[in-house]
Amino acid sequence: MARGRPAAMDPAAVDRTAVDPTAVEPRPAPPVSLIPEAVAAPTVAVGALAGRRQPRRDRLASLAVLVPVAIVGLFPFYWMVTQALTPGAAAIRVPPSLVPVDATLDNLAGLFAQAPVLLWAFNSLVVATAIMVGHVIFDSMAGYAFARKRFPGKALFFTLIVSSLMIPVHVTLVPRFILITNLGLDDNLLGVIAPSIADVFGIFLMRQFMQSLPSELEEAARVDGANEWQVFWRIVMPLSRPAVATVGIFSFVGAWNAFLWPLIVLSERNLLTLPVGVALLQQEFRSDIGLQMAGAVVGAVPMILLFLLFQRHFLEGVRVGALKG
Amino acid sequence: MTASASVARGAGRVRRFWSRYGAGYLFVAPSLLFFLVFIFFPLGWSFVLSFQEFGFRGSTWVGLDNYLGLLRDPIFRQAALNTVIYSVFTVAVWVLVAMVLATLIHPLPPRLRTFFRAAYYLPAVTSAVFIALVWKWILNANPWGLANHVLSLFGAGPVGFISDPSSFAGANVALWSVILSSVLTIPAVGVVLYSAALAGIPQELYEAAETEGAGALAKFRHITVPLLKPITLYVAIIYTIAAFEVFERVYVMTGGGPGYATNTIVYLIWRTGFRFGDYGVASAQAFLLFAVIATVSVLQFRALRSEVEY
Repeated sequence: MARGRPAAMDPAAVDRTAVDPTAVEPRPAPPVSLIPEAVAAPTVAVGALAGRRQPRRDRLASLAVLVPVAIVGLFPFYWMVTQALTPGAAAIRVPPSLVPVDATLDNLAGLFAQAPVLLWAFNSLVVATAIMVGHVIFDSMAGYAFARKRFPGKALFFTLIVSSLMIPVHVTLVPRFILITNLGLDDNLLGVIAPSIADVFGIFLMRQFMQSLPSELEEAARVDGANEWQVFWRIVMPLSRPAVATVGIFSFVGAWNAFLWPLIVLSERNLLTLPVGVALLQQEFRSDIGLQMAGAVVGAVPMILLFLLFQRHFLEGVRVGALKG
Repeated sequence: MTASASVARGAGRVRRFWSRYGAGYLFVAPSLLFFLVFIFFPLGWSFVLSFQEFGFRGSTWVGLDNYLGLLRDPIFRQAALNTVIYSVFTVAVWVLVAMVLATLIHPLPPRLRTFFRAAYYLPAVTSAVFIALVWKWILNANPWGLANHVLSLFGAGPVGFISDPSSFAGANVALWSVILSSVLTIPAVGVVLYSAALAGIPQELYEAAETEGAGALAKFRHITVPLLKPITLYVAIIYTIAAFEVFERVYVMTGGGPGYATNTIVYLIWRTGFRFGDYGVASAQAFLLFAVIATVSVLQFRALRSEVEY
């Protein structure tokens, strides 16, 4: 998308690009750690460790713990899929079977026929995308100002924003709901999106990352006559791509999985997001395990795929102090 | 003359100020506005609401009545106790499990390390709603429920894991079931954070311990655990906050029942505020929980920090 843009503003870089096509390729993320000092650790020891082979006996002992834990931890996912594939009659058979009996897609078909699952997925997509875009833009803007700009009140604003971490979400639920209702946004996807359009985690992460960037390119762009917004959008943002990706992915997944606030704001059946809709299934189809599990699969699978695609960003993001428990 | 000159000078000053600092303000403005409107303003408003009562004809001031009423209310007290029991068990297990898992993963070859970190992180990208829904069916009271089937193999059960109103070891059976489902969820964030911290422990410490004949357990106890103290503090606090705010599991698995047996504070706030529209009481509940979380965080911070120096 914005690839190569910063180079274009730097004449020297343009020449290099012309000569060497590989220069257009995004360089690997700078070895800048996203990890704040408090959590960060000197990484010297990793190398030392890698050079040392772990005795075979120790490794087997570790695996003897790690593998069963993984099985227990992932079992709910397995069971979710198994039950989603099991027809109603087989699901209540004694003894229960650990593998799907008479596997069928009937539950999934029934789910799509009886509940507006596609609409729910669409609503989730709209909410998660809007919140992600909001975080990427607003968090980056604030992070940029805190990293680079000097203005009276900066320290105060930063402290104020970071201190909001201390305020549990549920303390603000009631007034926030009154506010959203007064704005006429209750039972509206905008009412879900608006109160999540920026967040501390992203601002903090962007600030950390942007502080670590060299500022020469920005200065060069200013000399070339770029205005403040152009410097931010064309120079700083493309250079911050790894951090932007982390913020974007976390925001998307967090918004997709959010439950309490959408539950409060949305009530019209067709307007629900997936987690709220699937939770509703258990009231509407009380004893239909297969249908409920099919709903859970539909809600969970997109995020699992996303995780498998962007693993690195997730694990890096958590290290910076993800706020999700 | 002088007045207009000073106005002009003032305007010039404003213009200079703006050209110097304006961009900074414009860049923080959207976020700052967001935090003021959706967090700090509601925080203050909520505090005001907590001294009011809501009826058909709007709100009236009731002073401390909401708070005093809650302190006497058996349902609130049970919800508070449930939240504390839930938090104590889940946080203790999560912190311990995260530390042990990270320690075991750390010396593995890179490929296995990546595999386990990914496998353990998977539950964290899934909404608790979906996981809790699966647990609800696993813990079903019928003989075809998986947990009850396993019990029956040992000649026990069936147990009404989430429907039995009786108590066991000081808490309701259903509450233990919610706790069980939580502690069996891998503490993904903790594992990642501990892994990052482990990379910073100098390998020489372990080598020195080995030459003195220390075994794996001794190394874990005398090197790993003490050096991980700062990160343990951090992990414990984020998990305590998460545990105090437990909602999805209760909503999906038990609906707060049987009776009020598995009401937790946030569940109660949701019910009071958004089921019954009792904004005043809900706000008072929220502030009491706020006070508890803040106190616990400070205590944890003190307790763990005092031992951190090494």
